[in-house]
Formats: sequence, C-alpha cells, structure tokens
Amino acid sequence: MRRSKQRSALPGFGLTMGMTLFWLGLVVLVPLSALVIRAAGMGWAGFAEVGLSPRALAAYRLSFGAALAAAAINAVFGLLIAWILVRYEFPGKKLIDAAVDLPFALPTAVAGIALVSLYSDNGWVGSLLAPLGIKVAYTPLGVTIALVFIGLPFIVRSVQPVLADLGRDVEEAAATLGATRGQTFRRVILPAILPALLTGFALAFARGVGEYGSIIFIAGNMPFKSEIAPLLIITQLEQFDYDGATAIACVMLVLSFAMLLFVNLLQAWRARRGTR
Amino acid sequence: MSGSHPTTVESPWARRALIGVGFLFLALFLFLPLVMVFAGALAKGWQVFFDALVDPDALAAIRLTLLVAGISVPVNAVFGVAAAWAIAKFDFRGKSLLISLIDLPFSVSPVVSGLVFVLLFGAQGWLGPWLTEHGVRIIFAVPGIVLATVFVTFPFVARELIPLMAEQGRDDEEAARSLAATGWQTFWHVTLPNIRWGLLYGVLLCNARAMGEFGAVSVVSGHIRGLTNTMPLHVEILYNEYDFVGAFAVASLLASLALVTLGVKTVLEWRFGIHRAGAAH
Amino acid sequence: MRAPFPAVMAALMIGTIGLSACSGGGSNGKGSVELLNVSYDPTRELYKDVNAAFAKRWKDKTGQTVSFRMSHGGSGKQSRSVIDGLSADVVTLALGYDIDAMAERAKLLPANWQSRLPDNSAPYTSTIVFLVRKGNPKGIRDWPDLVKPGVQVITPSPKTSGGARWNFLAAWAYGKKAGGSDAAAQKYVANLYSHVPVLDSGARGATTTFVERGLGDVLIAWENEALLSEKELGAGKFDIVVPSISVLAEPPVAVVDANAKAHGTERAATEYLNFLYTPEGQEIVARNFYRPRDQAVMARHAATFPKLDMVTIQDFGGWGAAQKRFFADGGVFDAIYGGGKRR
Repeated sequence: MRRSKQRSALPGFGLTMGMTLFWLGLVVLVPLSALVIRAAGMGWAGFAEVGLSPRALAAYRLSFGAALAAAAINAVFGLLIAWILVRYEFPGKKLIDAAVDLPFALPTAVAGIALVSLYSDNGWVGSLLAPLGIKVAYTPLGVTIALVFIGLPFIVRSVQPVLADLGRDVEEAAATLGATRGQTFRRVILPAILPALLTGFALAFARGVGEYGSIIFIAGNMPFKSEIAPLLIITQLEQFDYDGATAIACVMLVLSFAMLLFVNLLQAWRARRGTR
Repeated sequence: MSGSHPTTVESPWARRALIGVGFLFLALFLFLPLVMVFAGALAKGWQVFFDALVDPDALAAIRLTLLVAGISVPVNAVFGVAAAWAIAKFDFRGKSLLISLIDLPFSVSPVVSGLVFVLLFGAQGWLGPWLTEHGVRIIFAVPGIVLATVFVTFPFVARELIPLMAEQGRDDEEAARSLAATGWQTFWHVTLPNIRWGLLYGVLLCNARAMGEFGAVSVVSGHIRGLTNTMPLHVEILYNEYDFVGAFAVASLLASLALVTLGVKTVLEWRFGIHRAGAAH
Repeated sequence: MRAPFPAVMAALMIGTIGLSACSGGGSNGKGSVELLNVSYDPTRELYKDVNAAFAKRWKDKTGQTVSFRMSHGGSGKQSRSVIDGLSADVVTLALGYDIDAMAERAKLLPANWQSRLPDNSAPYTSTIVFLVRKGNPKGIRDWPDLVKPGVQVITPSPKTSGGARWNFLAAWAYGKKAGGSDAAAQKYVANLYSHVPVLDSGARGATTTFVERGLGDVLIAWENEALLSEKELGAGKFDIVVPSISVLAEPPVAVVDANAKAHGTERAATEYLNFLYTPEGQEIVARNFYRPRDQAVMARHAATFPKLDMVTIQDFGGWGAAQKRFFADGGVFDAIYGGGKRR
C-alpha cells in the first residue's frame, strides 16, 4: 500500500467529503444525537438510576458476556473455516464460501425462530442434547448460539483475505529451520493474522451486543439470568419511560462506539505497520 | 493452491479432520437453521406454501419490501462511493474516527435504531408537532421505514469499498489526470471500472440486509396490515397468528433471496476472478 | 458531466419525502370511509369477523362503504405507537392503562374516555384460565397445584405483556384469598414465578413456547386464547382447567377523538364501537371465545364459559394504582425477582 505524503493531485475531495459528512450527519449523527441529548436531559442521577441499575448491569453482563463468548467461539471456528477455504480443495467449497454470508442476509427474526425450533428440547438438535442434561434454548447458552450465528461472517471475512495474501515462503523458512507445523502456526502464521482476527472479533462482538431480533426468541428473558440489554430498552418503553430507554440505549451506544473506534485504530495501526 | 510444498502442509489426516470440524460447525450453525426454514415452509405441501405467498397481505409486504430496498440501496450506494473516494484517496486527520462513525449503525442495536427516529419524528418528538401541522407523515408510514432501513444498511457499501480503493491506491487516477482527464472522466473511466465488482458486492449485501431488517423497522412501522408491513414483519405477524407454514413460507422467500444474492456474488467472483474485494471489514 | 452525483442524491431525497405525502386513511367524501383499528395480539380473528359484519350493516344503513386497516401487536407497544403518531381511529387494547396513557401523555382523547361507553368501555370480557396437556398428567385443578414441586408454569413477562399482567393479578387474587393478606399473596406469587422457566415477551410467544416447544406443564392464558389454541393448534392435545378464582379481564375500546376528528371518521368510528354492544356484535364476540356482556347471548354460550369467582381491576384500585404498585420499576414484580429497585 502506497501512501504518498504530499497532497493528493486528485480532485473531488471537497465534494465527496461534503457529501459524506452531510449524509452521515443526516442519517446517522442527527438521529443519534437526539438520543444522546434526550439522555443528557435526564441528569446524571436519573441516568444512573436506570442506565446503571443492578438489573441493567446484569443485562449488560449477559449481552456483553454472551457476545464475548460467541466472538471467541467464532474466532476459533471462523479461523478454521477461513483456513480450510483458503488452503484446501474439497467438494462443495464454493457453496460453503458463499453460505458464510448467510447470516448477513437472513432476517434476524427468521434466524431466531429457526434456531429456537432447532435447539429447544423437542427440536432436532435440542432433543439430542436434552438427555445429556444440556439445555440450550431459553438459557444464556441459547443467546450465545444465536450470536455465533450472527457473528460468524465477520470473522471469516476478516481473516480470509489476509490468510490468502500470506506468502508460503515464511512458513517454508520456518519449516526448513526445523519448526514443527504447530510451532510455525503459533509463531509465524498467528502473529500475521492476529490483527485481522482481532478486527473480526471486535466487529462480531459489537454486533452481538446490540442484537435483538434473533435472540428474543431463544433467550428466556428471565431478569438477572437470561434478559438481554435490548430487551430492557423494550421494557422501559412498555412503561412509557422514554428516558429510561434512552439511558440504556446510550450506555450501549457509547460502548459500541468505543469498540469500533478501537477496531479502526487497530486497522490504521496495522496499515501503517504492514507496508508491504 | 494445492499442497506442493510438503513442509508447509498438514498431513491428509489432519486436513480431513479440519475440514470435517469446519463442516460440522457450519452444519450446526448455518445449514440446519436454513433447512429448518424450508422444512417449515413445506410442512403442509406446495399448495399451502404458494397460497401463503399469494395472499394479498403477503404481496403487499413483498411490494413494500422491494420499494424500501429500491430506495435505500441506491442512496447508500451513492453515499458509499463518495465516502470511499474521500476516505481512501485522500489523507486527513481523524480518518479512524470518521470510519468508526460510518460503522456505527453496524453495532447500534436495531431497537435503538428505530427508537431514534421515534424520538425525532414521533408525535411527541422534536419535529413531531411541526410535521403534524404540515400533514407530513414520517414514522408509521413508508418514509420512516425507508429512513430506518437506510440507517441500518448505511455502512455496507462504504465498508466494502474503502479497503478496496485504499488498496488500489491513486496511481491510475493520477495518471489519468496527468493526461488531462477531468475529475468526472477520471471517476467514470478509471475508478468505477476498477471498483465495479466490489461495488456490486457491497450493493448485494446492502440489499440483503435492507430486505431482511426486522428490529428497527418494527419500531417505526406501526404494523398496519397490507400497508406498512414489510416481509420480515409479515413473518412475525403470521407466526403470531399460529400460521407457522405461512410464516416460514415468507421467510423461505427471504432466505432464497439470501441464497440468490450469494449465488450472484459467487458467479461474479468466479467470472471476473476478483480477489475477495475488500472483504477485510 | 458535472451533474450526476448531486442530481441523483437530490432526486432520491425528494422521492423519499414525496412519498410522505401519500399516507393516512380517513374519509374521502361520502362514498367510502376507512378506519384504522389499532389492536392487541389475540383479537385478529375477532375483528376479522366484526369488521365484515359491521361493513355490511354500515352499507345497509348509510350506503357508505367502510373498509378497515388493522394493526396488531403487544398492547403497550401499540399504545406507544398511537402516542407517537400512529393515527388510529379506534383502539381496542388489552388494558385500560394503555388507553389512559394516550389520554394522559398525548391528549388524544379525554381522560374520562372509559365512561363514554357502557360496561367500562369493555364490550367483551375474558378471564384467566389454565391450559394443560391432554389428560392433565400433573393433576392441575387450581392455583395451589401450580406451585407443587416439579410443575413448570408458562406465562409471559408482565413487564412487557399486557395479558401477563392479568395473569399476575389473578394469581395475586388467589394468594390473597387463600392467605388472607397482601404478604401471603406476594409469597404465593413469588413461589409461582419460581416455577416459571421462561418469560416470553408476549402472550402469543408464551403460547408458542407451550404448544410448539413443548415446554411447561401449565400455560396461564386468557380464556379466549386457551379456547382458540385448543381449536387451532391441535384439538385433543390440551385441556382447559378453570381455577376457583380468577380475574375479570376487561379489554377496553375507545375512539381516538383527535385522529377521528382529523380524518372525519368520528361517526363511523363511534358506530363501529357501538356495534360491538349490539346482539349481533355480542354473538360474534362469543363465537370468538370472548365473554359477551349481553346476558341473552351469554346464556346461549353458557357451555363455553363456565361460571367462576372473579375479582376486578377495581379491587386493585384501578389500573393506574395496580401498574404502579405491581409492574413499574421497583414494584412488586421486580421485588420478586430480587433487586432492580429504584433507589
């Protein structure tokens, strides 16, 4: 990647930047600022009362915990899937490659209904797990499974191109120097793809925290146990408490934004380092 | 890329094991839910399946969904190209911040995405009284659904194009400029051909999400049958009417759409041999 | 060559805004009138029938064609939508509290709306009963059986479901009658909720959980929903158990004055709701498993609707008081689940 330091000779910066800022402002920033201003109007005490109540904290813990667990599961299996897609040839590879994007495209409510049909005690998968004493639907485990579904493409699509770009020569050099395959993976491959993996991890995580449509069907919605943060927003709205809803929404917004900023700074850092 | 370098390749056994685990994982998390949808849709045979799709309310939902996607996708495509041009072809401070702001709708809870428009345009919202006075409907009507959809699908095209255009650099454009091409000529004849497949890929994903969005649209729709119900909302309504076959039938239509989208994408990639353009989200 | 981008943008934005012009129902002259009825989940089947019958009556009486737009969803969500600008001509919701909110927060109708129609503006009632699996394997006969060891109870969350609030109050009524005090009532209800494995967000979700997912031994449900599930979701798979004491659920109806006035639909809307009280309307109500107010109609359907002891919302001091005491943040329901209290 070349990045000349002198001013670009290309035109259109003003126009495109203006359009970007205008459209970004109109569609994203103005609406979101309505939220922030509304929450700010509550005062800190009122904000903390709802936004940081023990029940809200429990809900954040579930939303963030399940999103973290799901992102971690996806990091392992997403990496594995990216690996077999890049490195191996096998029948059905094209199909699998295409299907990875499915969670982007399938409506979340449909995903939720399908997942709960599968994983409830009388579902295809749930009925196999029930005798083992494993309950999936209506537990935090169910929430995690829904988030694994939602987050998978983020990891695979982040890691895949980097893995494809990764030259074999370093690996060969490592092997020549007597490294085992495992050592090569840990010491050579993993460090190279780690930033991409982290990026995918963070995006899947951020997406999972806010997810509602697919989870509502599979979570048990028990306060303090299987109640997710977006559901609390709905609960507040049900009491006509818009302030309470915006307070919780704001907490989630700030956390999501911090997460994304972290990802993109990481990206920028990677781009600066990775001048190949 | 077959394994011609024995030192950098796993044993066939390990390879098979890895592929097997990958398959199992995908089966559990991707294919089974999909099969479930189609099995549910066809549980009572093809006739019931088709009847569910040609129901007037279902047709109205399909039309509305197409209309909403038809507006929001082009809007976001134009925005995405502009944003990618500004971000990828120029250096400026705060680039990470700007990209993060563009990403924001990815991670804002869909419920919140709907809520912000209620706070803004609702009868009790900031602009509500003014809108009521002038007889303009935003939420609980098509414009609100379009706005919520535009919001949710906002980052898709831009996110697809930014890494791609950054990767391509600006040598081609600078060369065109030095040959006295105008800015627009450069864009139309040099940049656009370079990014067209990436753009298409972004548009396809954007479209899939636009048609499938549930949470945000649910908040601003008002759920008026045959008028403001999109396909995902119609699925929910049918499901709540205990019409499981109908619900899964409409859902399977959406799922097929996802599959068609993916099929088109795969064909494009295969035909034009594009390197998975800018897939580094 | 200079134009395309801004031109395209402008065209699309104008297109978006332009669409907002064509919206809204209402009356366009004498020929026809359109009513938007914003209702809650379990009334889909009921209003399908009512609308068809009323359209016929109205046509005969005035020569005008009346058409309907229906919106169904959770009662609280529907109420919020109307407050936020969904321009309903009439609302037919699960509890008075949700219509009170419209009067209070958006002044869409007068505060005394409930006294404008007979019977607290509730042309039909229902009650809370139990749906159990065929043959009643756990021997559920009354409220105390729900808290026996090993019994699982399905009921939605009263925080998000209007129907679930009636469930809660019915259980409370039993607890209070059996134990004689509020403390005993709370103890019973807390015990009951410890038998609940899943709190769905809505009544229909809970029914699906019980029927389709096979979870739980008892579903606490609206009588009309229980009768409907028995019919729609598999005859012979479930039994209905009527408890010794329950609550008289009064789902109210009201014309939303501000909207009806703006649409010029006041007369049709008012007549529409009055129609529900006519013998014909009451018969439709009864056939859709709601308890009619009309005694003659009730007598014809006595087999469907057994007599039982019922408390009313007035015994709890009305919805405003009940909502605040039991279901608001920091109320009794939150206390049952520990913490969550507003400090």
